[in-house]
Amino acid sequence: MQTHDAKRVAIIIETPMKRRLVAAIEEAGVSGYSILPVEGGSGRSGPWSREGQVGRAGGMSQVICVIRPDRLDTLLEAIFSVVERHIGVVTVSDCQVLRAERF
Amino acid sequence: MDGFFALALTNLSSPLILCFVLGVAAALARSDLNFPEAAAKALSLYLLFAIGFKGGVAVSDHGIDLALGTTLIAGIVLSALLPFIAFGLLRVLTNLDRTNAAAVAGHYGSISIVTFVAGTSVLESQGLMYEGYMVAVAAAMEAPAILSALWLISAGGASNGKSRMDAHLWREILLNGSIVLLIGSFVIGFITGQEGLKEISSFIVSPFKGVLCLFLLDMGIVAGRGLRNSRGSITLGLLAFGILMPIVGAAIGAVAGAALGLSTGGVLLLMVLSASASYIAVPAAMRVAVPEADPGIYLTLSLGITFPFNLTIGIPLYLAAARIVTGG
Repeated sequence: MQTHDAKRVAIIIETPMKRRLVAAIEEAGVSGYSILPVEGGSGRSGPWSREGQVGRAGGMSQVICVIRPDRLDTLLEAIFSVVERHIGVVTVSDCQVLRAERF
Repeated sequence: MDGFFALALTNLSSPLILCFVLGVAAALARSDLNFPEAAAKALSLYLLFAIGFKGGVAVSDHGIDLALGTTLIAGIVLSALLPFIAFGLLRVLTNLDRTNAAAVAGHYGSISIVTFVAGTSVLESQGLMYEGYMVAVAAAMEAPAILSALWLISAGGASNGKSRMDAHLWREILLNGSIVLLIGSFVIGFITGQEGLKEISSFIVSPFKGVLCLFLLDMGIVAGRGLRNSRGSITLGLLAFGILMPIVGAAIGAVAGAALGLSTGGVLLLMVLSASASYIAVPAAMRVAVPEADPGIYLTLSLGITFPFNLTIGIPLYLAAARIVTGG
């Protein structure tokens, strides 16, 4: 089957910043994304778990976008403007999609 | 003083406190006892709705008077002022930098609605009345402290304070779900009065303490996990602050409550509001506006130290003081 090159951008960010991140992604012209809750993990500040949170302040969320390769720089600039000062991880990976016109 | 010890003993052996202790113990023992996130959220929504509705009904019974306005203003002033006192105390007792000290201080100007609910529960068990509009005062005290904390940070030249606040953050703070539900149910209670209460009392009055028990069990689990994960990060100075600051806040609340002419119950609740520290609204705002501040410090202090202190020893202590202040 014919597949097409695309970029998969995954951003793990503090939940209070999620709405701002999504707004920045949309402003960058990317209308397709998925948001996933993060169960827990460990980083420079030590381990954390979703179970131990009383508000949304301590939680993390993951936002995933799949885009055409030529839109990557614009998207990363928009993402960086939000995540620059915050805890989080931004990863970019190559992927293949079946229907290129959807991205 | 005997009264205080008797009340403290009664409070410590109440189902509410014992449920909280069970939660802390389970978490410290690494039990897998856990509340599903959605269930904990539902319990919280129930408590906010019930306390807001009952407050509205109480105001409906007694009518709106000048005291409501003056107490609201006093609450806003207290919320804005307390962070400065907390900041000063932190600078004396701890070696926190300005940003972390200001972020912690912001939490102590704002309030813990669960501590407030526990305070109302103690008042009801003692047969003491309180002004219904204290619910609105609680809502009004959520946000001003955040501004004080941001001002403390920007005044130190740590960074541009103005850039920390934007319209989105303002909306999130002022229209956060807890405030909207609390004020909304307060207004519904005010509009529908005793008739409305009669219709839903089997839902919001009788089960209230049982639901509060379950919620405090969950809070105990969260507090216990926070304490377990924070071993080593809380110094003696921070521990002293977490216990001293609520007492200082309560004392200021007592003076304000007495000056406003509140009832014994009203003074107690203003003391509880002044003594408690936020662990929901302010941490969320601080993560957005001051990401460089360490949440491990402010969340552990407010939820792991000050909240249990207020719940177990603080409220009986404040009630004894409120009785002395009002002669009640």
